[in-house]
Amino acid sequence: MLDVRGLRKVYEGSGRRVEAVRDLTFTVDAGELVCLVGPSGCGKTTLLKCMGGLLAPTGGEVLLEGRRVTGPPPGMAFVFQEYGRSLFPWMRVGENVELPLKQKKLSKARRRELVRDALHSVGLADAVGAYPWQLSGGMQQRVAIARALAYEPRVLLMDEPFAAVDAQTRADLEDLVRRLWRERGITILFVTHDIDEAVYLGERVLVLSASPTVVQEQLKVDLPDARDQLNTRVSARFAELRTHVYEQIQAAKRGGPVTKSEAVPKSDGRPSH
Amino acid sequence: MKGLNTLLGTAGLAAFLALGEAVPRLGLVKEEYFPPTGEIADALATELADSAFWSALGDTLTGWALGLALASCAGIVAGVVISVVPYLREATASTIEFLRPIPSVALIPLAVLLYGTELRSVLLLVVYASFWQVLIQVLYGVQDVDPVADETARSYGLGTWARVRHVLWPTALPYVMTGVRLAAAVALILAITAELVIGAPGLGSRIAVAQTSQAVPEMYALIVVTGLLGLLINVGARTVERRALGWHQSVRGEVAV
Amino acid sequence: MRTLLLRTVFVLALPAVLVAVWWVASEDSTDVYWPPLSTILETFPDVWTADRLTGDVVPSVLRLSGGYALAAVVGVGLGTVIGSYRRVRAVCEPVLEFLRAVPPPVLVPVIMLFAGIGDTMKVTVIASGCVWPILLNTVEGVRAVDPVMAETARSYGLTGAARLRHVVLRSASPQIFAGLRQALSIGIILMVISEMFAASNGLGFTIVQFQRSFAIPDMWTGILVLGLLGFLLSVVFQLVERRVLGWYHGLRAATRRSP
Repeated sequence: MLDVRGLRKVYEGSGRRVEAVRDLTFTVDAGELVCLVGPSGCGKTTLLKCMGGLLAPTGGEVLLEGRRVTGPPPGMAFVFQEYGRSLFPWMRVGENVELPLKQKKLSKARRRELVRDALHSVGLADAVGAYPWQLSGGMQQRVAIARALAYEPRVLLMDEPFAAVDAQTRADLEDLVRRLWRERGITILFVTHDIDEAVYLGERVLVLSASPTVVQEQLKVDLPDARDQLNTRVSARFAELRTHVYEQIQAAKRGGPVTKSEAVPKSDGRPSH
Repeated sequence: MKGLNTLLGTAGLAAFLALGEAVPRLGLVKEEYFPPTGEIADALATELADSAFWSALGDTLTGWALGLALASCAGIVAGVVISVVPYLREATASTIEFLRPIPSVALIPLAVLLYGTELRSVLLLVVYASFWQVLIQVLYGVQDVDPVADETARSYGLGTWARVRHVLWPTALPYVMTGVRLAAAVALILAITAELVIGAPGLGSRIAVAQTSQAVPEMYALIVVTGLLGLLINVGARTVERRALGWHQSVRGEVAV
Repeated sequence: MRTLLLRTVFVLALPAVLVAVWWVASEDSTDVYWPPLSTILETFPDVWTADRLTGDVVPSVLRLSGGYALAAVVGVGLGTVIGSYRRVRAVCEPVLEFLRAVPPPVLVPVIMLFAGIGDTMKVTVIASGCVWPILLNTVEGVRAVDPVMAETARSYGLTGAARLRHVVLRSASPQIFAGLRQALSIGIILMVISEMFAASNGLGFTIVQFQRSFAIPDMWTGILVLGLLGFLLSVVFQLVERRVLGWYHGLRAATRRSP
């Protein structure tokens, strides 16, 4: 579905060369929910923007369904961390969700149906006529998610979408993403710096190294499909997985080699894909 | 990056001047209406050598500076008083909203009758126009005072004067600076207008004389001078503002009033 | 109910006091230049007849709206182009800074050379004075489009005209309106003085005629009419602004409540 091959990104500007991403190769299967974690400043956002066609990679390529991504592909939607700046404050919630659909040249009736359905899905059916800034942070991010859903993407890229909301809201939003993923069968690539979030959400977790970024490890999350905040998070398996990811990230921060580590969670998961 | 921008800007300026030379030379517009850059430059050089020009410049600057100073002081004092005295703000709001948009040029006939071509004519227009710029910004600035800071000051028993000095004034200062900067530009416009229309001595009346005597290159040269003067005032005011507020965490943007 | 009453008192009290003071202070005035307010008000209906309104006020307002609209179209159009391209901006900036700094009234003699003394001259004068604040503010606003918003638009395939209409211009609109507001007061100034220079009708022309013929109370009524016009235009502007920028004021209030 989504192939990243030898991706490399070097920023050049004002005489400085920063190699943000060195050599990334991985695959996301159709209908998969993959979480990317890594130490802060490890080029996660750069990677995601390259995948979304917002940045041109210096080397390597990104393929969506076998086709090379050169600009934002129509089958892909992006959810940004800065919901407050990603929603247009001069448009009401409904208009915000509808705007990309107008660009797709859909009929008015179809647009209205998609908007209603998407807002209903995120539990904001009543907020169509409100302005984004009249809503709380969590609700704004729901609107941003609804906008992405209405766009009917096959792939959803989410860039630390819940980093700026409070813990309670965050848990709700995580469950929302899980639910939408199961209901709609979209492929989701979810970037986060929060290990718990990555393990809780993902079917698979990719651990990235510190910048210049490579894939440090791939880890299958063998938690049951139906997850909930209360039971999943206290299960022994969850604790094992998160400890493992934590160690990997610590190793990544030290820049050390991938120590095939202390507590490898070998039960039935594949360490790599 | 910065070097490149300067280069591009210089190129733009050069192109502008070259265009000014080429357009009349090629006969695209009549030379007697739009003299080439070179002729304007010659006329400018002649002007600069003329002592009458310098006294006109002095007159304009006097009217501008005096008017701006008067308007700024009056605006600041009025703004602070209106904000500090209870209920005064509410009571004056409608009056300010009514008086502010009255175009100062409406006062031209009155100024002519009362003061003729004296400096006071210029001052009347300049002060009226710039006063509102300062006053409005001061009012906005005072509104921006953090209520917690003000309550803290109150709870420590600071009197009105001490609160004005230590809480209100520092908060309002960036806005005051913005107001004075805007007022400086407006003051120049009105000073030149008064000279041009009423005939009070200064660059404006010199432009009017050049116009009536068909001395077109001189007229353009004088206009260039007023433009440079305006540029100098803008840049100067912005620099002063930035210097004075270097300590401030955010040099605030202009309030859209 | 009480608060409404109180607010009305606040709105009306000071203007009433000021008018009363003017009335009383000028009551027995024998100074030719300061006629009693009662005389001015008595003269008012005689001077500003329906003929006067159509003959002088309407042409002035038409010239102003023509020049202002022209300046708005040119300013926003050019400003969007210049603001969108970094290089173009760098090239134009010094020239624009200079042109903006030229006090607009000195344009009157220049434009008279080209356009004579007719309506074209006045509309051109107004337009060429109003265009700079609109242009420069548009450049600033377009330049400052939030990068996250720009990327959002891009990722959802918003390009070209749709991007300009739904994102760039909307996001720049608070700044554009700040420019339009500055331009409005400049426009009124230019309307008046271009008519003072050379005209056969219009508000500026009429007021100067009164002054020259020493019809002092008439002149005062003219000043009042100009003041009223300025006030009315500002009210209209505010109504439009509140409609178009409602979201912006709401957004600002919301961010102020929760910083």
